[in-house]
Amino acid sequence: MPIQHHPDITTLMSCAAGSQPEALAAVVASHLALCAQCRAEVKKLEAIGGALFETLPEASLSSPAPLTEVRAREADGPPDLATGAAPAAAEIPYPLAARIGARFSAIRWRHIGPGLWYCPVPLSKGARGSLTLIKAGPGRELPEHGHGGEELTLLLEGSYTDVMGTFSRGDVADLDQEIEHRPVAHPEEGCICLVASETRARFKGLIARMMQPLTGL
Amino acid sequence: MIPPIEALRQPPGTPTPAASAFMADLLERIAKNRDAEAFRKLFQAYAPRVKSYMLRQGADPGLAEELAQETLMTVWRKAVLYSGTKGSATTWIFTIARNLRIDRLRREMAWQPLPESAEEEASLDPAPDEVLAERQRRDRLREVLALLPDDQREVVTLSYVEGLSHSEIAGRLELPLGTVKSRMRLAYQKIREAVEELR
Repeated sequence: MPIQHHPDITTLMSCAAGSQPEALAAVVASHLALCAQCRAEVKKLEAIGGALFETLPEASLSSPAPLTEVRAREADGPPDLATGAAPAAAEIPYPLAARIGARFSAIRWRHIGPGLWYCPVPLSKGARGSLTLIKAGPGRELPEHGHGGEELTLLLEGSYTDVMGTFSRGDVADLDQEIEHRPVAHPEEGCICLVASETRARFKGLIARMMQPLTGL
Repeated sequence: MIPPIEALRQPPGTPTPAASAFMADLLERIAKNRDAEAFRKLFQAYAPRVKSYMLRQGADPGLAEELAQETLMTVWRKAVLYSGTKGSATTWIFTIARNLRIDRLRREMAWQPLPESAEEEASLDPAPDEVLAERQRRDRLREVLALLPDDQREVVTLSYVEGLSHSEIAGRLELPLGTVKSRMRLAYQKIREAVEELR
């Protein structure tokens, strides 16, 4: 099924600007690996950065062009041709796969309740936000989240349905924080999704709420 | 001293500081011939702006200069990749500076790759006079950005030039997150209309 739910245009703008907290940037990059339409859109949005760049005042430099260094490095080897662009998407899209491996079967899931598992995805040292894989068994209701700051959810396997419709592989839920949604995993397939929140506190709250039915607190 | 955002506002039709076609030509010379003279010219044209960008992103002057040097060094190393993008030289250099800033100033990973081949775009927009159309779009884009209402240009600038997330913009301007997003969305609609009507 083609991708039905895309990130909001403002999310793609922030992506092109390079201004997203890393957790959110990771979700958008994983969506882009699966969505040619949004890849093309981000390319266009990067042009806004180029246009604004040209209007920046010039700061004075204290040293000249590093010509000697450039030539010295030239002697070291051929030009660097890596862009960091995504190869064809595997089960887990690149570049997420670079962090957690390419297959779901290799993920070390932590069981946190009936039919619910999660796995935190490591981010960089200075990263803002938190990134988590969540796996829900058939028919399970996903834990409620989203009451502050920006959050993004990318469906990677199976599907879930909430008031916004059905979300399957590649779809992104980029919801206004006001919207209450109670996603329910597909009755046979369940689902795996990648959830980014821009604050760490949100994540703790999320886990606490997931644990609630177990502990009765 | 960093000039205020208002300094970024320019009247429509202001000639581009970096004549795009010429810059693209310099990049091609670097890619094909490893032309050091072309690199020197490109450095003079862009390094001061990259430094200015890094200052706005919160780097101190020493680090901003270092990152400007590093950005242009990356341009030298990756110039071959530019040929495939068919985009603006400035936009390409912007993405290099952007990713370096995420890596070095944010200490986060840059998840967004540098633009690579133009394959996908070419199939979406197979205009025969592609290069001219592309240049017209860029000129129009600059005009529209300069003409945006202040509140919309402000959020777009804070996002692209100062590197603030939507929530950080909301905090800086003391506005609800929803208001920041709706201003961004309005700006996008104006930009899109203006650029699309040229097609």
